[in-house]
Amino acid sequence: MTTTTDLLSRLTDATAGSAREGTDLDAVDGLRPRWVVSPADTEGVAAVLRTAHDEGLAVVPTGSGTKLGWGAPPQRLDILLQLGRLDALVDHAAGDLVAVVGAGRRLDDLQGDLSSAGQWLAVDPARRGTVGGLVATADTGPTRLVHGPVRDLVIGATVVRADGVVAHAGGRVVKNVAGYDLSKLLTGSFGTLGVLTQVAVRLHPVPEASRWVVVTVPSAQHARELVQGVVHSQLVMTGCELERPAGGVAQLAVRIDGIAAAVPARADAAVEMLGGGAEQLAQAPSWWGCDPGEDGDVRLKVTHEIASVDRLLAAVDDVSQQTGVPLDVRGSVGVGTVSVALRGRPDEAAVVAVVDGLRRRSPEVGGTVVVRDADPATRRRLDVWGPVGGLDLMRRVKDRLDPGRVLAPGRFVGGI
Amino acid sequence: MDARGLAGLLAPVLPARGVITDPTQLRTYSCDGLALYKVTPALVVIPETAEQVAAVVRACAEHDIPFVARGSGTGLSGGALPHADGVLIVLSRMRAVLEIDRANQRAVVEPGVINLQLSALTRPEGYYFAPDPSSQQVCSIGGNVAENSGGAHCLKYGFTTGHVAGLELVTPAGELITLGGKAPDAPGYDLLGVVCGSEGTLGVATRVTVRLTRTPEAVETLLAGFPDTDSAGRAVSAVISAGVVPAAIEMMDALAIEAAEAAVACGYPQGAGAVLIVELDGPAAEVRHQFEQVTGMCEAAGATEIRIAADDAQRALFWKGRKSAFAAVGRISPDYIVQDGVIPRTALGPALRRIEQLASERGVRVANVFHAGDGNLHPLVLFDDAVPGEAERAEDVSGAIIDLCIELGGSITGEHGVGSDKAKHMPKMFTEDDLDTMQLLRCAFDPTSISNPGKIFPTPRLCGEVPRRAHAADGAHPLVEAGLADAF
Repeated sequence: MTTTTDLLSRLTDATAGSAREGTDLDAVDGLRPRWVVSPADTEGVAAVLRTAHDEGLAVVPTGSGTKLGWGAPPQRLDILLQLGRLDALVDHAAGDLVAVVGAGRRLDDLQGDLSSAGQWLAVDPARRGTVGGLVATADTGPTRLVHGPVRDLVIGATVVRADGVVAHAGGRVVKNVAGYDLSKLLTGSFGTLGVLTQVAVRLHPVPEASRWVVVTVPSAQHARELVQGVVHSQLVMTGCELERPAGGVAQLAVRIDGIAAAVPARADAAVEMLGGGAEQLAQAPSWWGCDPGEDGDVRLKVTHEIASVDRLLAAVDDVSQQTGVPLDVRGSVGVGTVSVALRGRPDEAAVVAVVDGLRRRSPEVGGTVVVRDADPATRRRLDVWGPVGGLDLMRRVKDRLDPGRVLAPGRFVGGI
Repeated sequence: MDARGLAGLLAPVLPARGVITDPTQLRTYSCDGLALYKVTPALVVIPETAEQVAAVVRACAEHDIPFVARGSGTGLSGGALPHADGVLIVLSRMRAVLEIDRANQRAVVEPGVINLQLSALTRPEGYYFAPDPSSQQVCSIGGNVAENSGGAHCLKYGFTTGHVAGLELVTPAGELITLGGKAPDAPGYDLLGVVCGSEGTLGVATRVTVRLTRTPEAVETLLAGFPDTDSAGRAVSAVISAGVVPAAIEMMDALAIEAAEAAVACGYPQGAGAVLIVELDGPAAEVRHQFEQVTGMCEAAGATEIRIAADDAQRALFWKGRKSAFAAVGRISPDYIVQDGVIPRTALGPALRRIEQLASERGVRVANVFHAGDGNLHPLVLFDDAVPGEAERAEDVSGAIIDLCIELGGSITGEHGVGSDKAKHMPKMFTEDDLDTMQLLRCAFDPTSISNPGKIFPTPRLCGEVPRRAHAADGAHPLVEAGLADAF
C-alpha cells in the first residue's frame, strides 16, 4: 500500500520539489486538497497525473484561480494542480499572427508581449486569469462579436491526459484540418478531460482606432429594435453590449474599431442609427466588459437568440418580480450571451427560484441558464449546468478519456 | 447478415428508388472527387429524412456493417470513398432549406443543400454563407461540415466550423441527437467542434444550423502581376505586417497561370511569373483606404501590372482563373496530383524554392496555386501516366512536399481532409499518443468502428484496447501481425 508519505515524495519528485501538503487556504469550494503541486513543465504535469491515475486520486487543475469557483463543486479533491509556473511565451511568430504560450501565462502578460508587434489575442473576458483558464472555461468578452469565441482562436494544444500521457492536437498554422480538433473539445471542458499545458493561438492586429457609441434604451422592445438595427446594418461593430441595472436605466453600446481615418465617420453613422441622444465616446463606458453586480453576488450566464432580447428582458423582469430579487443584466446581446447578477444577497431558496424561473422561460429565448458565481453550498444544491443536449455522448467521451474520474470529478455537466 | 442482406430489410423504410443493388448503378458511386481510389459499395441507400438515416445506421450497427455517408462527392481526399462490404448513404436528396431566420442570422438546412445555393437564397436578404470551397457550386453543406472545408475567404472568415451553430446528428449507434442551436454556448463539451472536420467518422449530420454572414458594404479586388513568386510573396508579407486582414490573398505561379489561360482565357497579365489576387471587404471607407495601401505595397514589391476590378463581372473574371485552376491543369498535363499542405505563411519563399528543387531533381513539373495569406499550398504535380515511371516520380514529389510542410511546422492538409489519401501521413505529423487520444474520442462515438472506417487513421485500433504508454517495445499491432491490416 502506498503511504501518504510515499505519495508526497512521489509528487515532490514529479514536480522537482514543488509539492506540499494542502491547507485550508488551498480549499476549492470548501474541499481542502491533500496536496498542492506546482510543476514547472508538461513533463511534471504528466508525472503528477500518472501518480494520481495509479493511485486513484482526484485532481483539480488551476491557473491563477479567478474562475475556480465556476462549475459544480468537485466531488473529490486530493491534488490541487497549480499551473502558474508554466508561464512561458514559447513563441510569438508575429509574421504568422500566431503565438504559442504556456497555459499558466497570465492573459494580461501575454497581451503585453504581443503589443510590441501591434497584435493581441482577441479576447477580452471580465476575469483576466491565465490563458489556460481562459481556454478551459471558454470565457468570453464583447469582442467575440467579430473575432469569434475562444475556441475559434485556439489552433493547437498540448494536453496531458488523465493517465499522464501527453498528446498534441492541431498545430501552429491557422489553416489545418488534420485529425480531430481536440483543441475545441478541451476548450470549455473545465479541466475534466485533460490538463492543458500549452496552447497555440491565432492573433489579430490591434485596431488603430476605437470609438464607442452609447444610447439610453427605454424599453425591452426598443432594445430589440436597436439590436436588430445594428446587427443587420453595415456598421461592422466589434462589440454590441447591453447594460441594464436592476431598477436603473438601460444602455446599449457598440464599439467601432478600424483605421484612424475612417473610424470617426463610422461612429457618426452609428450615432445616427442608434438615434435618441446617442453619443460618441473615445473610451469604453465604465461598465463595458465587466461583470455586473458586486463581488459576492450570484451571477448567471444566460444565452439567447439575438432576436429574442426583448423576451429575455421580459422574462428577467417577471422572474425578478415573482422572486423579489433585483436582477442586473449585462452582456453581449449582439452575440446572445449575457450575465445576470442577483442583487441584495438573496437566500438560497430565492437563488433557486430565480434560476428555476429563468430556466422555465429559456425555451422562449432559445437559450440556456448556467450558474456561475455562487457559494459552494448553493452550487451543490442547484444543477449548475441545467439541461444538456447530447449528455449520454458526453459521458461516453469522459469515460474514454478519464475512466478513473481523476480530473475534477463532478465539476461538469450531468455530474461529469 | 452482410450489407447486401440489408437491402430487403431497409426497402420498407426507405423511399422508392432509395435502395440500389444493381451492380452497374453501384459502380457509379465508386469514388468521390479523388478518382484515384475506387471501391464499389455493397449497397447504396438514398434516404430522404433524418429518421430514415437513423434507421439505416441502426441496422448497420445491429449487424456490425460499416457505412459511409456521402454528399455531392466533391471531396478531394477520398473521405467519402465507399467500403466494399458496407452501405453508402447518399444524402443528396436531403436538400431542403428548412428555415432562413434572418432576425437571428441563422439558417437551418438539410445536409444535401448546395453551398452556393444557400448564399444565393440569402443574398437578397443581405446575407450569405461565408465558407466558400472552390467546389461551392456543387459541394453540399453536409460535406463541408464533415471536411471542415475552407476556401479562399477563410483567411478572414474562418472555416466551416466557425459557421456551424447546431447539428442534428445520427450517431454511429443510430441515435438521433441535437448539438448546439441558434443561441451560442450550449453547456457541455464542444462536440460540434469535434464533429466538424471528423470526416464522417463520428456520425452523419442530418440537419445543420448555420451562421449567416452579412454581405459587406464594399468589396474591392485587385489582380497584380509580378516577375516571380518571391516578389509576390514580399507583397503578401507587407500586407500582413501592416495589420491589414484581407478577405483573401491568392497566388498562382507561371505554370498555373499558363494552365488557367489555356482553359478559361482569364486574361491574366502576360508573361507574369506570379499573380496575386487580393480582395478586401468591409465598411466602404476602410476598404477604400486599405485598398490604396495594398496597391502601394504591391507596387513597392515590384508588381509589373495592377488591375482593379471595376465591377462584379470583372471580379468574377479575376476569380475564374483562380477557381478553375485545378481543372485547368488538365489542359497542360494529362495527369496531375493536387496536394493540400500548409506551411507557416512566413516560410512561403523557402517552401516554394524547395518545391521547385524537388520537382527538377525528379524531372516532373509542379504548378503552384495557393492561399498565400494563410500558407495553404496547392501544388499541382503534373505527370503523364503513359510515360513509364512518371506517375511514381509524381507521387514521390507529392509525398516529399508533405514532408516539407511538416518540417516547416505546417500541416498535411489545410482544407481537403485526410480521408483515405493521407492516412499514411498522419504518423508523420502526430505521435502514437496523439493518434491514440483521437482514437479514444472516436471510440466514445463509434465503439465498433463502423462509421467511415479506414479514413483519417493509418492503423485500425480496437476500442477495447487500453491506450498505450510505451511503444518501442510493443512490437507490431496485433491486427498487423495477423495480416489483417497494414501499418504505414
